[in-house]
Amino acid sequence: MKYETVIGLEVHAELSTKSKIFCGCSTEFGAPPNSNTCPVCLGHPGVLPVLNQEALRFAIKAALALNCEVGEYTRFDRKNYFYPDLPKAYQISQYDHPIGKRGWIEIEVNGERKRIGINRLHLEEDAGKLTHREGGKGTLVDFNRVGVPLIEIVSEPDLRSPEEARLYLEKLKAILQYTEVSDVKMEEGSLRCDANISIRPIGQKEFGTKTELKNMNTFSGVQRGLEYEEKRQAELLDSGQQVVQETRRWDEARRETVVMRSKEEAHDYRYFPDPDLVEIKITPEMIMEIKATIPELPDARRERYLSQYGLPAYDAEVITMSKKMADFFEETLSYGVEPKTVANWLMGELLGYLNKNSLELDQVSLTPRHLGKMIQLLEQGTISGKIAKTIFAEMLETGKEPEAIVAEKGLVQITDVAAITAMINNVLAAHPQSVEDYRNGKSQALGYLVGQVMKESKGKANPQLVNKILLDLLIGGSRNIDQ
Amino acid sequence: MSLLERNIREIHQGLCKREYSVSELVEESMRRIDSVDHQVKAFLFRNPFALEEAKKLDELTTPDGPLFGIPAGIKDNIVTKGMRTTCASRMLENYEPIYDAAVVKRLQAGQAVIMGKCNMDEFAMGSSNENSAFQITRNPWNPDYVPGGSSGGSAAAVAAREVQFALGSDTGGSIRQPAAYCGVVGLKPTYGLVSRYGLVAFASSLDQIGPITQNVEDAAYVLQTIAGHDPLDSTSARVEIPDYTQALTGEIKGLKIAVPKEYLGEGIDGEVREKIHAALHVFESLGARIEEVTLPHTEYAVAAYYILSSSEASSNLARFDGVRYGVRAEKSSNLIDMYKETRSQGFGQEVKRRIMIGTYALSSGYYDAYYLKAQKVRTLIKEDFEKVFAEFDLIVGPTAPTTAFKIGEKIDHPLTMYLNDILTIPVNLAGIPAISVPAGFASNGLPVGLQLIGKAFDETILLRAAYAYEKHTEHHKARPVLHSSPGE
Repeated sequence: MKYETVIGLEVHAELSTKSKIFCGCSTEFGAPPNSNTCPVCLGHPGVLPVLNQEALRFAIKAALALNCEVGEYTRFDRKNYFYPDLPKAYQISQYDHPIGKRGWIEIEVNGERKRIGINRLHLEEDAGKLTHREGGKGTLVDFNRVGVPLIEIVSEPDLRSPEEARLYLEKLKAILQYTEVSDVKMEEGSLRCDANISIRPIGQKEFGTKTELKNMNTFSGVQRGLEYEEKRQAELLDSGQQVVQETRRWDEARRETVVMRSKEEAHDYRYFPDPDLVEIKITPEMIMEIKATIPELPDARRERYLSQYGLPAYDAEVITMSKKMADFFEETLSYGVEPKTVANWLMGELLGYLNKNSLELDQVSLTPRHLGKMIQLLEQGTISGKIAKTIFAEMLETGKEPEAIVAEKGLVQITDVAAITAMINNVLAAHPQSVEDYRNGKSQALGYLVGQVMKESKGKANPQLVNKILLDLLIGGSRNIDQ
Repeated sequence: MSLLERNIREIHQGLCKREYSVSELVEESMRRIDSVDHQVKAFLFRNPFALEEAKKLDELTTPDGPLFGIPAGIKDNIVTKGMRTTCASRMLENYEPIYDAAVVKRLQAGQAVIMGKCNMDEFAMGSSNENSAFQITRNPWNPDYVPGGSSGGSAAAVAAREVQFALGSDTGGSIRQPAAYCGVVGLKPTYGLVSRYGLVAFASSLDQIGPITQNVEDAAYVLQTIAGHDPLDSTSARVEIPDYTQALTGEIKGLKIAVPKEYLGEGIDGEVREKIHAALHVFESLGARIEEVTLPHTEYAVAAYYILSSSEASSNLARFDGVRYGVRAEKSSNLIDMYKETRSQGFGQEVKRRIMIGTYALSSGYYDAYYLKAQKVRTLIKEDFEKVFAEFDLIVGPTAPTTAFKIGEKIDHPLTMYLNDILTIPVNLAGIPAISVPAGFASNGLPVGLQLIGKAFDETILLRAAYAYEKHTEHHKARPVLHSSPGE
């Protein structure tokens, strides 16, 4: 590689407060256009902002969770510019006294831990949403989103590859999700990401010219966009051209970046402290109190799963990605079942189902109790693994208790040796050719015969027992068959 | 004597005794406005439901608070729900607010009757009312002269006895100076005492709403009603509101009064100076001690003020872009053109001037040199006052360097206009309260104003001293002679 890539990410997360940051309007997602508005967030003449204290607390909580230094003093500044989605023609944001500074998070790249610096975290209000009509017939503005509290998290340019960028995003999302200050869902717009990317010849100290990348709407989109841009810049430099500092839009359909028709030239936002809001003192007591509300974060939780439950690193990583999943896992363990077994069910059957049906964990009827009880039945040998899968699928759909399903459908595993032997004898009698094949060395005939026994037992025979008894009978010879 | 010649307390007593009704009171106000406002031009909009509201109040058994049934005027930069509010600008020519200002709510709770919206300099920028986009209000003492600004309409309406009292706003002297020019009482409260929620912002860190009245006692009643913490205004102070009427004792023995030499120096008209000295003698005769002091940073106040207020205004007025309310330029081909056309057509010259100054002062590379520097100067000015108030109770001086000037006289000289503010601006920068009271007349027949300045949240001392002065003078009793409209 001739060049080294340098990436910085700017992430916005919507805080999940009940009301907006400077007025009492609801932040509820999906309401009819312009129904969650009032004179304040519409920027009517004479209105004034009043800070939502929960937004402040959430922002401080996020800053602490990201290892930021939270200062004693913070304040709001006005960022002035004209655009129809900005009612006051200024955004109340923070300029030189952000809530958090000098933070960091850790990601794991190729088995190695890497620390990515966070330059700042600040609190600000969101703007409205514009919808451009077809055929140039004007633009519609929906102000429901104006005033929704956002935290902006700016990373240091410490990321060295598009993959690292994606890993950083995933970790950031997990941490914020754990603190419950935001839903952090890119698909709903509660998590947004812009990137700055440049390349430089390996060994060069100065950064190359960077371009800003916008409109990446999924994590993989971020990685793809950056990969494309990385390549585009390299090709430019290779052919002796310069990289132009500009803002580019990622086009997911075309898989390319295009120069954005900039709505403004180099902006002078004329920042100055907002005279309508007073300075905020953050006391050590407040910090301590908020810090105490931060739960065990993903990295710490993952470490604990390795040591306390002996889970493999991969399993621990997957399960702790989501707090709800990890909570589900631990609650299931309270039924006294094997951690690895639980992990397998969560990562395999459950995640598979959720992904396939685009559902969230809290949208299915399955509870830790359901899973716990089912695994208990499995561990007791009451049901087999195969039966468990059937039960699991039904629990997901109906929420019925596992014991109920077992009783209803008569799914108790058959472990009675005599019963199994009888079934096996029936199968052997019905398939003499297979018996012959097996005895002549065709080992796959065994599998066929096992399958037939399982069919005969309607899937309820304990597979291990079937295998054992069948083998005994086949190897044991005619004497056993006659019994 | 007409009803509106009385003070609020007397009217209240009359209403309680059923000597007359609210309807009669309001009718008298309406007659008076019909009769003289074609000349004075104090009102931009009249409340068509005033009489109806009066009749409803008459159906109640007892008048409640002191402002019950009292006719009032509201400066047109204070939003009144359903009642057109324009800030005297073409930009808001068609704007009907969707909410009431906090002070309007308080007046409504006090059951005052709003007679209409008063003329002003556009967006409160100006000292003469000549910057109104719609009409120039006349000084009731002489129609060729300005009433002052920016609350010129409010002051003229009270001086002409069209209403019993009015609300104005003061950012650099806009209540006090027109009160002085019109021979009435004007009070700018401590910053944060009265809610700014619903006051169309000019300079957020300087604006305050205050009463304009015929006498000091009325000002105390109005202040009592509008003062107090408002949760919708983050800059609203959490202080206990005293009973301001308790201050009206007439006693000022032992009061220590400071007279800054910067306030009576060069540029102050000789006759004004005379009247101020006469006032100081009155204070002395009442047992106050007078001493000269210095407020050394006074000369920097105007520059600091124009940088700070213009900067804040450039940001506060950016919301007037034709998108959500107000006028919008027609036939623009794109967004930028729409913005440019709307704002070019909607704003007057002075407003544009200040927006440009403010935008420049805040722009990249200049913030430190201008805005930040001005804030630091502001601190020095505040400290000047604090040093004086460590030893004195009150500061006294003229409200304006001259009496009112002729319409058109200074409008072409913006710097001259600015000098008008040097006596009032430092008070806003420091956030402290001040009151202007009538102090006599110059030989041209125009009123002279006396300004009293107090410590932060010490309106009580201001009212006490102003009341004592008023009791021993007759200036506030003079009435302008206004000719009724033909056919009356």
